[in-house]
Amino acid sequence: MTTTFTNARLIDPEMDTDALGSLTIEDGVISGVNAGEDGTVIDCGGKCLAPGIVDIGVKIGEPGERHKESFRSAGLAAAAGGVTTMVIRPDTTPAVDTPETLAFVARRASQVAPVNVHSMAALTKGRAGREMVEMGFMLDAGAVAFTDCDHVVTDNKVYSRAMTYARSLGALIIGHPQDPNMSKGAAVTSGKFASLRGLPAVSPMAERMGLERDLALVEMTGVAYHVDNLSTAHALPALERAKAAGLDVTAGVNIHHLTLNELDVGDYRTFFKVKPPLRSEDDRLAMADAVATGLIDIISSMHTPQDEESKRLPFEEAASGAVALETLLPAAMRLVHAGLIDLPTLWRAVSLNPARRFGLPGGELTQGAPADLVLFDPDAPFVLDRFKLNSKSKNTPFDGTRMEGRVLGTWVGGERVFGGDDA
Amino acid sequence: MTFRQRHLLGIEQLHPEEIKTVLDLADSYVDLNRSAQKRSDALAGLTQINMFFENSTRTQASFEIAGKRLGADVMNMAMQASSIKKGETLIDTALTLNAMHPDLLVVRHPHSGAVNLLAEKVNCAVLNAGDGKHEHPTQALLDALTIRREKGRLHRLTVAICGDIAHSRVARSNLILLGKMENRVRLIGPPTLMPSQIDQFGVEVYDDMEEGLKDADVVMMLRLQRERMDGGFIPSEREYYHRFGLDAEKLAHAKPDAIVMHPGPMNRGVEIDGTIADDINRSVIQEQVEMGVAVRMAAMDLLARNLRADRAAKPEGVYV
Repeated sequence: MTTTFTNARLIDPEMDTDALGSLTIEDGVISGVNAGEDGTVIDCGGKCLAPGIVDIGVKIGEPGERHKESFRSAGLAAAAGGVTTMVIRPDTTPAVDTPETLAFVARRASQVAPVNVHSMAALTKGRAGREMVEMGFMLDAGAVAFTDCDHVVTDNKVYSRAMTYARSLGALIIGHPQDPNMSKGAAVTSGKFASLRGLPAVSPMAERMGLERDLALVEMTGVAYHVDNLSTAHALPALERAKAAGLDVTAGVNIHHLTLNELDVGDYRTFFKVKPPLRSEDDRLAMADAVATGLIDIISSMHTPQDEESKRLPFEEAASGAVALETLLPAAMRLVHAGLIDLPTLWRAVSLNPARRFGLPGGELTQGAPADLVLFDPDAPFVLDRFKLNSKSKNTPFDGTRMEGRVLGTWVGGERVFGGDDA
Repeated sequence: MTFRQRHLLGIEQLHPEEIKTVLDLADSYVDLNRSAQKRSDALAGLTQINMFFENSTRTQASFEIAGKRLGADVMNMAMQASSIKKGETLIDTALTLNAMHPDLLVVRHPHSGAVNLLAEKVNCAVLNAGDGKHEHPTQALLDALTIRREKGRLHRLTVAICGDIAHSRVARSNLILLGKMENRVRLIGPPTLMPSQIDQFGVEVYDDMEEGLKDADVVMMLRLQRERMDGGFIPSEREYYHRFGLDAEKLAHAKPDAIVMHPGPMNRGVEIDGTIADDINRSVIQEQVEMGVAVRMAAMDLLARNLRADRAAKPEGVYV
């Protein structure tokens, strides 16, 4: 089956271009760019057509918390958000730390999710930081990276051995840098706002401490390492040095730290409680700038579904995290509309770079690339209603917020998984 | 007279005129409390529930007496021993109580912001009797009333707040109130017990008692919690007393007529020398307790007036 998208603003992150043109897909792959009209024609009306988003920060409640999010609900949310590939986190209950759990996850994903799903595995058993998982088996079973997520491996000997072992397998390790003692019990970032609200706080310096430690171990072991969830300006010089020194290091930031700051918590609004906590406006701008310059490679959603019960608690006791699969694109468009980054740069961060770093197809508009595409109107305004989200959990910080940028259609392997024929 | 609040959740929400309104009314309740009769019917027919999720003897007693003197039906709920232990959430507890139609809820909770959360879910007036490290508005109001009666004014005074500022809701409410009333506020204590970026609140920060107390009109001491003395925040109790305990020598740097305050309960020999606490010429600690009842009567009276006005404006008892 052949389809041609005409009159489309093609966002090509690889060529760094944003220009009107047409794109033809055939049998699930891109068969031509500006190669004339062939097959079914979809007139895009000058809207943007880009490679589908590859989101590397998705938490799904399976196994363990299916009432918060299932593969089906997350898959629908992804499709509605223009996400064609979800790389899912292993911080489930139990953690994805055996090949058997990984097989379960892969089976569930293939049965019900309309988008591509790849799974990360825990780095240590039970994410407890003591014994490494069976990395070889897990790689064979399809694990694309290893991470204990927000559980920091505190024992440097355990961590360095896991890294050394991972290097021998060519496996990627993801770190969420944080000094766990500094951040113990913290709900917000220390500073004027935290003091006013009387909330337990962590110094932004705790992130840099965690990162410096991880980078020393990376230098020691030579492992491929992606630091995710960076959020503070203090951590950036260390990252810059590591990259300049030629370490195999990439970095990521999540969408909330690019679009919100600590003051958004306001009157103890728990939907703004995320981990790490929201930072200062200066930090937010530093993160956006780092994305623009390429120092930070990847933007993810850190999609973390939480039910109402776990959020309707005093701020200190409330669960952390926010859903973001469906709001990633309009939230990221804020950065574009604010003139901080352009669309090809944004698409490198949400599509091309994550695909390359994780060794996945996607992120490209070239012949032979999978027909994983998103068609969106970058300017369409709307007010977000959290109850209209596809996620089972509705914990978005953007409820009632005016946003710009709407997904009109999503294609995975050439199949339309979201949007009608109105595009 | 201005007082527009539906709840008393913190000093942060109050306009200076509203603070004045509370204090003026409290003055009249001081007179009432000193009279033989000691009764009013300002809260007659209203139900006041005291929900203390954290231990308290003094504050709870003060609210209870205040309510009873105004003719309210007062009920104390020992929340620590109740359904919270059975896993019920704060919201469910609030909704359960709300169904019993209380008019005034007095709430203390160990977590900052918990009282705000509760106030969103009930349709009666909520008074914050202390939430975590956030606010303790009636304490700041009673301190303000004490200062105003002792000093004859509540502006252009130099007030030194000393001790564990970081963990103190009393300090937060006080520094906000004193700032709103245009006083000069100094915070004195070891840097480990100071909240971060507290200097951005329009206060002066000192880690030396003698410098900080210089020419102060009011010296407000804070309680140092026992659990902070284990070497985590300060090296030891005796070093703390030596550097930050209020004794005659340090107090001599304040103005000769400076008053000494303490929200209680005191650790004599830790943050304050016993002889200073008992010095009737300097210490107003007992007056603070007396003003506490009057201020709480005034606050509940004003909230009840707004509640009644609200209900009168909306028939059928719908007053969300």
